[in-house]
Amino acid sequence: MASQIVDLIGSADRSMVPPQLSAKVPQVVRFENVGLRYGMGAEILRDITFAIEPQSFQFLTGPSGAGKTTLLRLILLALKPTRGFIKLFERDVTTLRKGEITAIRRRIGVVFQDFRLLDHLTTYENVALPLRVMGRGETTYRAEVVELLRWVGLGERMHVLPPVLSGGEKQRAAIARALIVRPELLLADEPTGNVDPHLARRLLRLFIELHKSGTSVVIATHDLGLMDQFEGARRLVLGDGRLHIYD
Amino acid sequence: MMTETADTLEPSVEALPARLKRDMPLVPASSIAGRALIIVIAIMTFLAALTAGAAMLIAGASQGWRESVSREITVQVRPTPGRDLEAEAQKAADIVGAVPEVAEARVFTKAESEHLLEPWLGTGLDLGELPVPRLIVVKLKEGAPPPDLPALRKALVDKVPGVSLDDHRQWLARLGVMANTIVVVAAVIFALVIIAMAFAVAFATRGAMAGNREIIDVLHFVGAEDRYIASEFRRHFLRLGLEGGGLGAALAIATFMLAGAVSSWWAATPSGDQLEALFGSFLLNWRGYAVIAFIGASIGMVTGSMSRAIVFRHLHNLS
Repeated sequence: MASQIVDLIGSADRSMVPPQLSAKVPQVVRFENVGLRYGMGAEILRDITFAIEPQSFQFLTGPSGAGKTTLLRLILLALKPTRGFIKLFERDVTTLRKGEITAIRRRIGVVFQDFRLLDHLTTYENVALPLRVMGRGETTYRAEVVELLRWVGLGERMHVLPPVLSGGEKQRAAIARALIVRPELLLADEPTGNVDPHLARRLLRLFIELHKSGTSVVIATHDLGLMDQFEGARRLVLGDGRLHIYD
Repeated sequence: MMTETADTLEPSVEALPARLKRDMPLVPASSIAGRALIIVIAIMTFLAALTAGAAMLIAGASQGWRESVSREITVQVRPTPGRDLEAEAQKAADIVGAVPEVAEARVFTKAESEHLLEPWLGTGLDLGELPVPRLIVVKLKEGAPPPDLPALRKALVDKVPGVSLDDHRQWLARLGVMANTIVVVAAVIFALVIIAMAFAVAFATRGAMAGNREIIDVLHFVGAEDRYIASEFRRHFLRLGLEGGGLGAALAIATFMLAGAVSSWWAATPSGDQLEALFGSFLLNWRGYAVIAFIGASIGMVTGSMSRAIVFRHLHNLS
């Protein structure tokens, strides 16, 4: 069954890269002395320096309001830093043209804290959205969308509109939408914030399987219990605008 | 847990629910603003089509007047003391009738000439004592070149005292100016209606973008290009535009059909006659209806293209 899941989520090739070679593999994300302020206010992120390696797994944590979501938005190119240097997939983001930003976003899966499902589309259409905007025909992705929906336990809910879904179901739909493109980097903002502990463990296992298949995973959370369930993960802790890294 | 779910995987896609929607537009199809825009476009299209149709009717009627009047010449023989008016009129008619381009030269009888004065003088009067001139209506041959009017005028004046020849040139010129003015005014009204509609569509597009900001953000984050997003909005507004344009054009066509039917029914009355003389029969030909349908379709397509351009520019500014 595990191989089925690996096949489903991503190519097995990426998971076969020996760990000793990973240092030579281009970094997925690199921040150097990045700072961000809104308007003339104080800096809410200061001197942020870190890198996300391919096939890595990290929790991004810190108290509410520490800037976890802001940091994720910087990675997603939804915000521009006030200062510092950001590289995504070895590209300096300041040199990216509009089309290149889109190409980079297609390599990133994102799970928003508030899900951001489109309420007028069915669960199936929401999950298929990243493939649809790439211009693929519905018949070319139907099977994989249905398979993923069934895998995250929404096989019976694919025709339902998001307002009818429970919080946990919305969460899983949002995760499935992020996974459908088999991203190289997954950003998840409080992905277990709206689910019970049982479903939270299940979702974490989903992310771990994804990580094993070769995707770099960043989970923003302040759920210590969740982090304790995966001891091997790196912890990026935000506090007072600065980032502390615990490998 | 997860593997339990995976165990139950059924890869067959045939089991998709029959009610599963798979091709919903990314911009929500129905909204209050959308319905309002359809109504605005329908009204604007209706007004634009009415203006265009009225201009076509007047242009057609004016062309008809000009063609019929330009094929006629009127010769007027005024009574002169000591001369027989009937003989003078007949002599003038003979001179005119000898011109090869003339098909017919008919002398109005005394009774007919007096009848022409009735609208001004009323009926039941004895006009025998009045020096009523006699008219000769000259019809030119269809397709023939115009006769040499100065030579004809000279020949008439030389042989028949008190004669004058009117080729209606002044009347035709005035008629032409009036008809052209009406067509220009109609074109200006048409342009104003289209400009007003363009503003309405622009505001609606910006409103729709503001209302769907969340959708635009999500589309960006899942990797949609600006071009793709703009196309989705274009499709949305094209549909609204075609619905509104189609509705407005259909209403305008129905209005002209109704007006044509009413004018046909009314044609037997004196006022109906006068209206028909001025504006024709109120019946648009197939070309007129085709123009109205074209206006409706064009407005729909212009709406779509315009909103796409606005969205594209807005997205460009956002970045």
